[in-house]
Amino acid sequence: MRRLIVLLPLVLFIALGLFLWNGIGKDTQVIPSPLIDKPVPEFALSALLDEQKTITAADLKGRPALLNVWATWCPTCKQEHAQLNRMARDEGVTIYGVNYKDDRAKAKIWLDKYMNPYALNIYDPDGKLGLNLGVYGAPETFLLDAQGIIRYKHVGAIDQRVWSELRQKMKQLEVN
Amino acid sequence: MIRHLLLVMLLSLSSIATAAIDTYQFKDDATRERFKSLSSELRCPKCQNQNIADSNSPIAKDLRDELYQMLESGADDDQVVDFMVTRYGEFVLYRPRMTEQTYLLWYGPAALLLIGVVVVLLVSGKRKKAEPGKPNSSLSDAEKERLDQLLKQEQNK
Repeated sequence: MRRLIVLLPLVLFIALGLFLWNGIGKDTQVIPSPLIDKPVPEFALSALLDEQKTITAADLKGRPALLNVWATWCPTCKQEHAQLNRMARDEGVTIYGVNYKDDRAKAKIWLDKYMNPYALNIYDPDGKLGLNLGVYGAPETFLLDAQGIIRYKHVGAIDQRVWSELRQKMKQLEVN
Repeated sequence: MIRHLLLVMLLSLSSIATAAIDTYQFKDDATRERFKSLSSELRCPKCQNQNIADSNSPIAKDLRDELYQMLESGADDDQVVDFMVTRYGEFVLYRPRMTEQTYLLWYGPAALLLIGVVVVLLVSGKRKKAEPGKPNSSLSDAEKERLDQLLKQEQNK
């Protein structure tokens, strides 16, 4: 018993050490989203390419898809754009876009210039939808299942490595 | 007369100065105070060591606007906090709510203090027992005899 008490500080120290060790190298910029396993918030916004057309959350249902929040003022969005193009063109991935706090004319020019990987593009000039999605820095990408439920969120650019992770998650959704 | 005029001028200056700081027009002072306290307790999701009152990032501005509109339309503090938490998570609260996940955070310091007090009491209790002048009870009778013998041998040398 006495020996155990003598060892107690060491045990506590090791436990604290492991706890703190666990935190090393974690990206503190990434906040876990409370929207995981919740439906995409309700909205009614115009399509980026067609002012007359209204898009709602119901339009995002039907098949697993990515919902990508982007803007022309966001340098990292430009960086990931080629990857999105490849995914849409070569692998037939459904990508919906949220044009976040942007200018319609500039966004149209951007899509003409760098190609348009998006099946639909939602125009969100005030960032209202972005706010309801808990967006705090573009680009952010949500993985939606066929019922329009958010299953995963990635903050930051999508590159080949991120995509291979996302693709696995997406395949699982397609099976279910 | 000149003094009065000066006073009026100074007063008008001060009102201009506050107007420049406050970009929001509140319906009453209580709402202004609630805006101040809430915006200093909500954390900016982008610039994580600032609250939304201090941060210049666009998202903090959006959240301030949202907070202002909610307060003006009569939302209470809980509604505001819920709104932020359902979008950005518990993360945005500088004063975390009491849940199973935060028990350690809230009670941890008190528990550590309690452990410290217990340790101090135990150690000081032992010290008292070992104080010189008092018979050392931790020795058995045989050991005491052997100690006496050893002491005698030492004296006889």
